[in-house]
Amino acid sequence: MTLNRDFQNVIITGVGGQGNVLASQILAQMMLNQGFKVTIGETLGVSQRGGSVMSHLRISRERRLSPQIPEGKAHLVLTLEPVEGLRVLGTYGNPETRMVANTKPVYPIGVLAGEAEYPPVETITQKIKELTAGLWTLDATRIGTEMGAPILANIALLGAAVGLDLIQGDREVFEKVIQEIMPQAKAAANLEAFDRGAGEVEAA
Amino acid sequence: MTAINQDAPGRTALLMGNEAIARGAVEAGVSVCAGYPGNPSSEIIATLAQAGPDLGRHVEWSVNEKVALETAMAASFTGLRGLAVMKQNGLNVAADALMTLAMTGCRGGLVVVVCDDPGAISSNNEEDTRAFAKIGDLPLLEPAHIQEAKDITRWAFELSEKLALPVLVRSTTRVSHARGAVVLGELAQEPPQPWFDASAPFISVPPTAAHQALKDKLKRAGEIFEQSPFNYYQGPKNPELLVVTSGVDLLYTQEAALLLQAEERIGICKLGATWPLPEKFVLDCLRRSDRILFVEEVDAFLEDNVMALAARHGAALGPKEFLGRGSGALPRVGETNPDLAATALAKILGTEYSPRDPEYAAQAREAAALAPERQIGFCAGCPHRASYWSIKNALALDGRKGFVVGDIGCYSMGFGPSGFFQLKTLHAMGSGPGVAGAMGRLAALGLDQPALTVIGDSTFFHAALPALANASYNGGKLLTLILDNSATAMTGFQPHPGTGLTAMGKDAQVLDIEAVCRALGAHVEVADPFDLEDSCQALTRLLKRENGLHVLIMRRECALKRSKREGPSYKMSIDPERCLGQECGCNRLCTRIFKCPGLSWDKDAGRARIEETICIGCGVCTQICPGSAIIAEPAKEAA
Repeated sequence: MTLNRDFQNVIITGVGGQGNVLASQILAQMMLNQGFKVTIGETLGVSQRGGSVMSHLRISRERRLSPQIPEGKAHLVLTLEPVEGLRVLGTYGNPETRMVANTKPVYPIGVLAGEAEYPPVETITQKIKELTAGLWTLDATRIGTEMGAPILANIALLGAAVGLDLIQGDREVFEKVIQEIMPQAKAAANLEAFDRGAGEVEAA
Repeated sequence: MTAINQDAPGRTALLMGNEAIARGAVEAGVSVCAGYPGNPSSEIIATLAQAGPDLGRHVEWSVNEKVALETAMAASFTGLRGLAVMKQNGLNVAADALMTLAMTGCRGGLVVVVCDDPGAISSNNEEDTRAFAKIGDLPLLEPAHIQEAKDITRWAFELSEKLALPVLVRSTTRVSHARGAVVLGELAQEPPQPWFDASAPFISVPPTAAHQALKDKLKRAGEIFEQSPFNYYQGPKNPELLVVTSGVDLLYTQEAALLLQAEERIGICKLGATWPLPEKFVLDCLRRSDRILFVEEVDAFLEDNVMALAARHGAALGPKEFLGRGSGALPRVGETNPDLAATALAKILGTEYSPRDPEYAAQAREAAALAPERQIGFCAGCPHRASYWSIKNALALDGRKGFVVGDIGCYSMGFGPSGFFQLKTLHAMGSGPGVAGAMGRLAALGLDQPALTVIGDSTFFHAALPALANASYNGGKLLTLILDNSATAMTGFQPHPGTGLTAMGKDAQVLDIEAVCRALGAHVEVADPFDLEDSCQALTRLLKRENGLHVLIMRRECALKRSKREGPSYKMSIDPERCLGQECGCNRLCTRIFKCPGLSWDKDAGRARIEETICIGCGVCTQICPGSAIIAEPAKEAA
């Protein structure tokens, strides 16, 4: 796709350990290689201990933007976990926001303990559809698990977004970045996850 | 993906702010880098350590921030360039050495990078390091973005040498943990041969003369800052409103102006070389407008100091309106963001800032409220959960309303549900044994509740030793639990003196915690936190002891560290016959109270369940189930 506005705001969200920081780095490098200015803001906190992790990507032809997206200004949300996508819309969503979501939940400790409710995934996707201009879903965790590395869900999600043409760039741009930063063996698995994500994603 | 050592001037690299700071130091030809881990600063030393081994640089994790500063001082005193790195609390530890160092001055470029954490995203305070520049009469630089993080760090070494003064570089979380494109610069020439010139000692005697010399150097810094490319004005000649800003708040201000379409109405006085204030430049900016807003974090540092400057020049400047965190135009605490900046600007300019349709915003917030909160807590299989379980039980058995005095590390989370709300005080590194030891001495004044403290292995070396020596010397009872998980786990598994490894991956002597404690006069016992009964008995026994220094080392490797290396010890399962669920008198002890994320409550089946993707197979929960319904089979046999 072509960037038809001055800039694009992308949020990649999930839970600690899902690899969204790496996904945001790869996406940022893809944008950089295409001549954009990029700022990433990462809210890591104590992410390894079960917290939400969110990366804000600011992509622009002209401007150096701040590492925090303002309220209601997300153009695209990639979420590795269903309720995290819903949570992001609460602050950053607007009727034009588009979202690609992994459908596999990661339950918070309060839910595991039987103290809090995790809404049914159908309810979550329904709410997201009502609040956005488009939702696409895939079971990215299953793709990763089938490939023997659940962490690859992040790359499958990225492949889905690129495949849907929701973001600047194509497979070639992705492949070049992966080959720069990863050893050959890992690069092949990443390319496969990318392709499977692009192939399996569906409009919700 | 990093390019820390690359000799590729002009190349653009995607770097994290902390990597950019590391690159800036490398471009400046730094020879010695030292720090103590603490977010958001940890990646600076980690990056330099990974890049360092073959390049004639010494990089170390020092035992604490004061020693880190002293390590960088030694480099500077022998003509080399030295870097000390810490988070905001770390500067409090290093400040004693820093304040006198300001008076003696230094030789080779000496830069102290301090990463503040506005909003306390990974801290238990949000102090503003800029105050130290004023207390110590030290030059202060504040990068606004990733490119400046590199450029300012590099320049800080030159400035330090020019002034023969240490230079403070203050980063914040949103610079240190952000990423962006950085154009690389040239790498420095070879460093000089280190040499200590004994004819030019570093001693602040007589102190007032040294203080005068320091004031003169600071005046010179102010003159240099007048010409600094890191300070500039941006906007119309005479704006309706002048914003004075520093650090990442520059980007928030620019973005707020864009959101309000008010770029023609606002002028920005951007400060990167912040202290001493470049007075002439700031006064020139103030003359442009009668309304001035300060956008900064966390304290009203620029606001207060620029107002003082304006007061001194009041007759010439005329009346001005000063707005900021101090005046209440922006929140007095927490970090800034584009929305807060836009809201403040809109109010002052008499326009409206409406980020999105209010009806949509209400719907979106209502939907987001369906998302259950993600409480932070100990990882599945974390030895700290097991330790707190034993602490809770031992204190209950003891029956004297005993309590836990806390310290800094993963185990700080013991104040919450995953440590069963046991931890009751939380202050600085080493405050645990300091406060708990004094509680012991309060017994003589009538305090009849026992106190015990928890401290980690890295924190033990950082700041516990003086408190233990004090307890040994001044008497009273001190029970210290050293939760030894062989890692500085909270900040990313950096090595420390107990691990036998240095920052650069070389073998080091392992400091024996038991032997150190014994040498300090302690009675020392060791327990395995995974053996709940044994741990609880040891604690009960030690709680009963009268006076003296008692150390119980709870030793078990960090579950995250271990699971990166090897698989589970046990294959866990729930015996559906034995787990009675709600019918059992335990009231869901395992999922409601023990709360390991590897265990969940299966509402439909009415009993506990093992979360197979989360459970790491430590086997501890078999000991807490009164119905013996949790089964652990050795992993290899099960496989």
